[in-house]
Amino acid sequence: MSTIYILWLRQLKRYWRSKPRVVGSLGQPILFLIAFGFGMGPMFAKAGGGNYIDFLAPGVMAQAILFMATFSGIELIWDRQFGFLKETLVAPVSRLEIVIGRILGGATIATLQGIIVFLLTLLVGFRPVNIVWLPVAVGVMFLTSLLYTSLGTAIASTLKDFHGFQLIMNFLVMPSFFLSGALFPLQNSPNILRTISKINPLTYGVDALREIMVGTTHLGLMADVLVLGAVTAFLLMVSSFLFSKIEV
Amino acid sequence: MNKSNQNIIEVNNLTKKFNDFTAVDNISFNVKRGEIFAFLGPNGAGKTTTIKMLTTLLKPTKGTIQVNGFNPVFNQDEVRRSFGIVFQDPSLDDELTALENIEFHGVLYKVPREVRVRRIEELLLIVELWERRNDLIKTFSGGMKRRLEVARGLLHHPQIFFLDEPTLGLDPQTRNKIWDYIKELNQKEQTTIFFTTHYLEEAEKMAQIIAIIDHGKIIIHGTLRELREKTQTNSLEGAFIKLTGKSIREESGNGLDRMRMFRNRGMKRR
Repeated sequence: MSTIYILWLRQLKRYWRSKPRVVGSLGQPILFLIAFGFGMGPMFAKAGGGNYIDFLAPGVMAQAILFMATFSGIELIWDRQFGFLKETLVAPVSRLEIVIGRILGGATIATLQGIIVFLLTLLVGFRPVNIVWLPVAVGVMFLTSLLYTSLGTAIASTLKDFHGFQLIMNFLVMPSFFLSGALFPLQNSPNILRTISKINPLTYGVDALREIMVGTTHLGLMADVLVLGAVTAFLLMVSSFLFSKIEV
Repeated sequence: MNKSNQNIIEVNNLTKKFNDFTAVDNISFNVKRGEIFAFLGPNGAGKTTTIKMLTTLLKPTKGTIQVNGFNPVFNQDEVRRSFGIVFQDPSLDDELTALENIEFHGVLYKVPREVRVRRIEELLLIVELWERRNDLIKTFSGGMKRRLEVARGLLHHPQIFFLDEPTLGLDPQTRNKIWDYIKELNQKEQTTIFFTTHYLEEAEKMAQIIAIIDHGKIIIHGTLRELREKTQTNSLEGAFIKLTGKSIREESGNGLDRMRMFRNRGMKRR
């Protein structure tokens, strides 16, 4: 337990201390909120989509979580390159404890990021329909964070350096974001895009947040949470396995 | 049974292969409890690979190892509790303070809180970093980082202390200081010291037993005097060059060695 706690605490300290990182990682969600929210909003309303900020806000929260969580997982490569990973790997603790501590730490940071973005959406006029349900929204954020931190950790466990980073950005993170229904509805898009969005876990995170905060849903909260939970459990196992195979 | 006379490290027919390349080739040696043991050899000779196997980071392809009576493959945690290590490359978290780094280590090694607090103060005073304990590592010089790593490696009272080129790139003052701490530790706590270095005068001054490895094989093993007698030279450097010198290297050098040298050169340039 103490091992998991100290690794979790380390991630939080690192996050808290790198203010440029906190501010920098908020830049993108703010840009999406302002550029899309105010730029596309009138068009969206004209097309009969309703209030675009209401549609967009949960999507941007999911975006912030997706990015932060994936990066926190991938940060493992830094620890490997700067040698800190070795310090944990020769300690008399199990690899499972190490990887759980890391993933919980990364997921906590990503959830915090999601909450900060939620507060920012209030500034541009977003009003959640039901305040009582907000703790459930935080729960969904944490589940989504766990999912992507595990994914990032799993990928990073197989990489030795940062050469693959651009690949992950362009072929995993960005498509996950664009094809999750976070920015625009995908119901009337071509079949192929809809299929991709259905196998994209972020779709379920966005849908769950929308259900809780806006009251619109396609699948229902239970189904969303079940899918997220199942994928998270699977990715946790995969990342633990791959992490246990790391040689330094 | 008198434990102090036992071998704390026993290596028998140890081999490590990476695909076709044999990094460590059927080596056997022992290190006695309380001994200061120098493990020398040119770059790429197999020193670090051997240390990785002794410290549970790599699994041997063949052969057996006993560290403090335990097998690093089957009794990982017991072996890990037995040793402290200073790696060849820095292994601190730059974003944390000196105190946080060393406390992190204490928690991982389950050093009880009261012991931890006392021992951390004692060690940081010895390595002269107590005043800087609340500073972030990224503000530390290379020598300060090394001293902190030495202190950290000793926090859990290890019986063996591995140091892989602990003084690489440090100025003579810092190098002397680090060896002073290590010598003191060896005398006060009877900690076994297992180290590698390219500064042969350090091995000459510190080590009771010296082994030289090249191309994955141990080519000589004994006290300084024995080494000098066997090679008919009058210094360790003389013996080292004689044993690992150019003619011998080319005899068994292979394409992979050349590729490695090439890669290392390229990396340095960057």
